[in-house]
Amino acid sequence: MSAASSQRGAASAAGNGHQTLVRVEDLRVHFPITSGVVFQRKVGAVYAVDGLDFEIKTGETLGLVGESGCGKSTTGRAILQLIRPTTGRVFYEGGDLANLKGKALRKQRRRMQMIFQDPYASLNSRMTVGDIVGEPLLVHHMADRAGRKAKVRELLETVGINPNTLNRYPHEFSGGQRQRIGIARALAVEPNFIVCDEPISALDVSIRAQIINLLQQLQREFGLTYLFIAHDLSVVRHISDRVAVMYLGRIVELAENAVLYETPMHPYTQALLSAVPIPDPAAEEQRRPVVLTGDVPSPVEPPPGCHFHTRCPAAREGLCDVDDPVLKEVRPGHWAACHLITGDDYPHIRAGEDDLGVAVEDAVHPGGESA
Amino acid sequence: MSDDESREAAEQRREGILEPEAEMDLRPGSATAGAELASGAAAAGYFGETLMIEQQSLGGEVWRRFRRDKFAMIGLAAIIIIIILAVFAPWIAPHDPLKQFDEGITMKGMPVGSSAKFLLGTDTLGRDMLSRILYGARVSLFIGIVANGFALLLGVVFGLTAGYFKGGAETLIMRMTDVMMAFPILLLAIALSTTVFSNGGVWLLVVVITIVYWTPMTRVIHGEVLSIREKEFVDAARLTGATNRRILFRHILPHLVAPIIVYTSLGIATTIVFEATLSYIGVGVQPPTPSWGQMISMGQDYYYTAPQLVIYPGLAIVITVLAFNLVGDGLRDAFDPQQRRR
Repeated sequence: MSAASSQRGAASAAGNGHQTLVRVEDLRVHFPITSGVVFQRKVGAVYAVDGLDFEIKTGETLGLVGESGCGKSTTGRAILQLIRPTTGRVFYEGGDLANLKGKALRKQRRRMQMIFQDPYASLNSRMTVGDIVGEPLLVHHMADRAGRKAKVRELLETVGINPNTLNRYPHEFSGGQRQRIGIARALAVEPNFIVCDEPISALDVSIRAQIINLLQQLQREFGLTYLFIAHDLSVVRHISDRVAVMYLGRIVELAENAVLYETPMHPYTQALLSAVPIPDPAAEEQRRPVVLTGDVPSPVEPPPGCHFHTRCPAAREGLCDVDDPVLKEVRPGHWAACHLITGDDYPHIRAGEDDLGVAVEDAVHPGGESA
Repeated sequence: MSDDESREAAEQRREGILEPEAEMDLRPGSATAGAELASGAAAAGYFGETLMIEQQSLGGEVWRRFRRDKFAMIGLAAIIIIIILAVFAPWIAPHDPLKQFDEGITMKGMPVGSSAKFLLGTDTLGRDMLSRILYGARVSLFIGIVANGFALLLGVVFGLTAGYFKGGAETLIMRMTDVMMAFPILLLAIALSTTVFSNGGVWLLVVVITIVYWTPMTRVIHGEVLSIREKEFVDAARLTGATNRRILFRHILPHLVAPIIVYTSLGIATTIVFEATLSYIGVGVQPPTPSWGQMISMGQDYYYTAPQLVIYPGLAIVITVLAFNLVGDGLRDAFDPQQRRR
């Protein structure tokens, strides 16, 4: 956390003329670990999100990837104030959400919504589809009874659900249909910004593409901005304009979609991308995934310095395990948090020749090779 | 063995490094992506077909499962009969339960046995047993149902507050239940009914039982709320801008219906026993109002010569409590079929 302040709040791609919709400044979410029954005292904290700075621009899709437990979902929830951030600020159209409370916050909820991971848990099983999709309209007094019904029918039609089913209960629908109902609910308040929290990972593989396409179609139709959280790299590659990679509560790399997948500079991103299977048996045969040693450290006691140094094959003693790397713009629009990236120089991680070991080439790779 | 392996593999896949599921081709313009786009007409036909399969409300489904449970149905029938008998006791009972018949006592001062006039005989004061048992059912059911109603009300209010708002309210309420549960319940009830609430009659018992029994209900509701409030549909409701009141009553409370119904029916059984206990030791329903516990206590001196004085009210208690327990168990199974299979 040493030199972070100088660069804070600037991690945006060199502007494409787009306006910033959401700006996150030094976002931290620490869950306290307490002990004791009546008099609870804090004995530690889970550093779920530990200092994020980034921007989401109007109309774009920012992909957020990382492995389980790295803080992706917490980030999405903290932006929407479902989990109140420990410190840091979340600006939405210039206004700080982290300071809003009660009625003011509920009013702002109209502007941003969320699509949840589990379509079974995210719909109240005791409410009809019409009530579920119509609730936001009721809460915000957006229409009277007849108006609500018409609007609900329209929303259901938009997401590809038969509008005549609005008196049915969620358990009468399949997973994909439920996810569509969840999307209709999110659209009801006519939001600008939607956090998609792994919206397809709980779905059957055969219907994932349908939901992805629906999301893209809705984005075009309503000019939506997405924060797309996923652990599936190929899906993120398909849907995102820019991609941020998280590791243990921090963003390690953020770049335009094509740039990140073609020229990953952070060692973690490189290892991550090498793990993606290629849908071509011949190429898949040639693929040599970088297998990182060890496990992700506990977010209760994140390692000092760069969080990744314990597993990084290129880590340098006395540097990476001491200093926090700052997320800095290493090339225009390409941000990375690594001490070893200087100018066009970056560590090149690749799998060893005849074992699963990892080799590091210190050579310069200006153009980069295929991911 | 192989089962273990596959489970292990599945777990690793779930927890391990990123799951790269790239089977599907998501590139724009590819065949799968292009052909898909949910078209309204095609979708409507598809849904129309699949959705006809089941349309049954939760209540209907629970009733269907409950009906298959023979014991629970017997219990339900028994409860209905007992309630009818209690409600219509003034018309059904052959005699005034308080009237002491001259012919109800033998020359030696003993109660008489079954006869055409006294179907179940008389008690030590020559009063008709059957009539007293019928009127006793009124007292037992009234106290059981009303006291549980109050306990339920307190339990829901405190349980919802503690589970949903957490913080200081939770600490205060849950520690209060701990303190209540640490008390010897019977001693507490005796103390309350002989001091603060003495001469309170039936309502005194209702108050005492409510004070004692709000704790288990609160703990049950609290636990349920803790798990429900973390469900994603609650987050979704909060995101739509719903107020706490709306989330509590529209989203959380409907999910508490099952535990509330189950625990109330089981609670009534417990309460009836508790009432009988208090009346038996003399701090509950006061004579001459008939109550089952009190009748047993009166008859125990005669159990050698006239055991029916103890047996009949005892049977009344056993049947009633058993009926409520059977129904409670049946409801629990009907609401949660998964739990039963375990």
